Amino acid sequence: MTLNGWFQIALFGVIVVLLTRPIGGYMTRLFAGERTFLSPILHPLEIGLYRLAGVDERTEQHWWTYTVAMLAFNLVCFASLYALLRLQGLLPLNPQGMTAVTPDLALNTAISFITNTNWQNYGGETTLSYLVQMVGLTVHNFVSAATGIALAVALVRGFSRRSSKTVGNFWVDLVRCTLYVLLPISLVCVLFFVWQGVPQNLGAYTEATTLEGAKQLIAQGPVASQLVIKMLGTNGGGFFNANSAHPFENPTALSNLLQMVLIFLLGAGLTNLFGRMVGDERQGWALFSTMGMLFVAGVAICYWAEATGNPAFAPLGIDQTPSIAQAGGNMEGKEVRFGIANSALFTTITTDASCGAVNTMHDSLTPLGGLVPLANIMLGETIFGGVGSGLYGMLLYVIIAMFVAGLMVGRTPEYVGKKLEAKEVKMTMLALLCVPLVNIGLTSIASAIPAGVAGVSNAGPHGFTEILYAYVSSAGNNGSAFAGLSGNTLWYNLTLALAMFIGRFALIVPMMAVAGSLASKKRLPPSLGTFPTNGPLFVILLIGTMLIVVGLTYFPAVSLGPVVEQLLMQTGALY
Amino acid sequence: MLNHLRPALVLTLAFTALCGLAYPLAMTGLAQALFPIQANGSLILKDNRVIGSALIGQSFVSDTYFHGRPSATTDTDPTDSTKTVAAPYNAANSSGSNLGPTSQALIDRIKADVATAQADHPGPVPVDLVTSSASGLDPDITPAAAAFQVARVAKARHTSEDQLRALIAAHTKERLAGLIGEPTVNVLELNLALDDLPAH
Repeated sequence: MTLNGWFQIALFGVIVVLLTRPIGGYMTRLFAGERTFLSPILHPLEIGLYRLAGVDERTEQHWWTYTVAMLAFNLVCFASLYALLRLQGLLPLNPQGMTAVTPDLALNTAISFITNTNWQNYGGETTLSYLVQMVGLTVHNFVSAATGIALAVALVRGFSRRSSKTVGNFWVDLVRCTLYVLLPISLVCVLFFVWQGVPQNLGAYTEATTLEGAKQLIAQGPVASQLVIKMLGTNGGGFFNANSAHPFENPTALSNLLQMVLIFLLGAGLTNLFGRMVGDERQGWALFSTMGMLFVAGVAICYWAEATGNPAFAPLGIDQTPSIAQAGGNMEGKEVRFGIANSALFTTITTDASCGAVNTMHDSLTPLGGLVPLANIMLGETIFGGVGSGLYGMLLYVIIAMFVAGLMVGRTPEYVGKKLEAKEVKMTMLALLCVPLVNIGLTSIASAIPAGVAGVSNAGPHGFTEILYAYVSSAGNNGSAFAGLSGNTLWYNLTLALAMFIGRFALIVPMMAVAGSLASKKRLPPSLGTFPTNGPLFVILLIGTMLIVVGLTYFPAVSLGPVVEQLLMQTGALY
Repeated sequence: MLNHLRPALVLTLAFTALCGLAYPLAMTGLAQALFPIQANGSLILKDNRVIGSALIGQSFVSDTYFHGRPSATTDTDPTDSTKTVAAPYNAANSSGSNLGPTSQALIDRIKADVATAQADHPGPVPVDLVTSSASGLDPDITPAAAAFQVARVAKARHTSEDQLRALIAAHTKERLAGLIGEPTVNVLELNLALDDLPAH
């Protein structure tokens, strides 16, 4: 680890802290229906969309109606994306002549993009046409992100409203988020990325004759326009197979920095939106601090593990020591321009959030370095998190934490003035249990049957981690991978799609029930006996609750994978 | 459910037009107008032929050139389309090795690469020179990895080592503002400059 490495990590942290209030304030005004500085341009377009769609923007929805509208929208999105993938060969903007995507891969990819997972069983430059990249993947990067944010705002309304039957209007939240948040930020950042070297063209792949006279076919395309929303919307599905490790998808240290900031931008802003909407910004900062501490812990472990390097390299005559002329450390699966610090930082960020873009091959991380992204996803990607899903995931942990605190003192728990009663706690447990059930269940089956084991590329405990990571990442809607696993098989296409589907929607429905139930309650003024939820004691309680819940759930699985691999690596074992 | 179908259909279509066509096409137009070189892949031309991209590494095996990092990219086996064959720096199929830290295959590969690298320069090999990159297309090596190869290239080209060291120094990109990123040497650009050196 170097001083410069820590400086770069700190610089990233400072930028995120500085952007949290402005973006949170902007989104708060936007979702309250107020005018913003973009309204003069976008308001006519927004109203036009409502008229076309037959939406009355002044009518609000009951939580159930809101949820059904969201599900109907996602159903249409799924059908259209599946059709696009299957019909790819017949459609224009396909200079490389890509043929139809197979049914199981199309199903997996369509589920992957509507659930904001963006697991890549496809290889961008070898499977998909430009039209599908644009009209298919880019569009769903926008709307699946907007869906997540809309749902989070609905839950926050549950906390902030008094005796209300409604939680907002899904269509209005969806349209506003896409038009006023996602599109404008994307427009600005695209040009920055192109300036840094990300291609944006519609031409066929370029054939070059290299200096040594070999042929090299260079894949290109409309990369920048998809790249921005892939980061901002915490989607993470790459234009290229190697995702943000590809020099065209992440050409410089500066493009890398902006990509990392974009991943956390909206998740951090939403904590501030929460504080503002419940009327005490410090409530938002308490959630921010919880997330921030878990983030710093993750990055410290990952950076340390990767900088320490691989002990098996040492006897081979390899220099892994950092110096002014090299970053050193475990450079397998990393790019020179990012070195160790920026690779470890990106790895932590992309799994804290449900982004899943990678600038490092997670499969080649050291065991403890690879445990960090795995543990981040197991924590529900609530550390700033997926856009929207990070906040609602964290609020579910808050409900559990307050319930535990309530049990300890024998008082009905409350949070920001809302009593948390049996219904909320039951629904929260339902939401929090469905994800581990799916991914531990499917990992067990896949580890025991030939179709599952066949996909593994590394032998020994690392192979088990590949399977575990795949299901945890899918059900967690992350989408990063220990990519040695051959996922494009019938078994993995179908079971990973199932995990992604359950991980998204089986969590959302009970979460929305909590939103509806909370919205209908009165808000109690704080009394002498109220547990303050905007201070350090609350942050410690919340972190402790998260670590206990996740630790109890996953400790056996993690022991069989990264933990045992780390111990064996120290003894020099190879597979 | 049915009354939600109209907004669902209309908005899916509208966002497809807006985010899937209008946005990427407008951005393509703007990018082509403002940054035509980058927008088209930062291609490098020599004698009006494309010899590569400044951002994409290419395979160098000759002793007269500086070598890039090992690349784990593959291509479809021409004799059996269900299999793949090694094809380093295949810029139409980016990928890493995905070998884990306790992989025997990884250690075997590195042993072989270390032996090759040390043939002309005994001593510890900089780690990036024998580990494969994440994309398989890394255009850069570290200054340490470039310096390590000076002896071999100088011998093959009959040039002085000092001249090569000066060339590496001139092609080393330092951290942005001295702080952000890592120092890098672009292998293709370095080798192009090498070809432009006056002959001895």
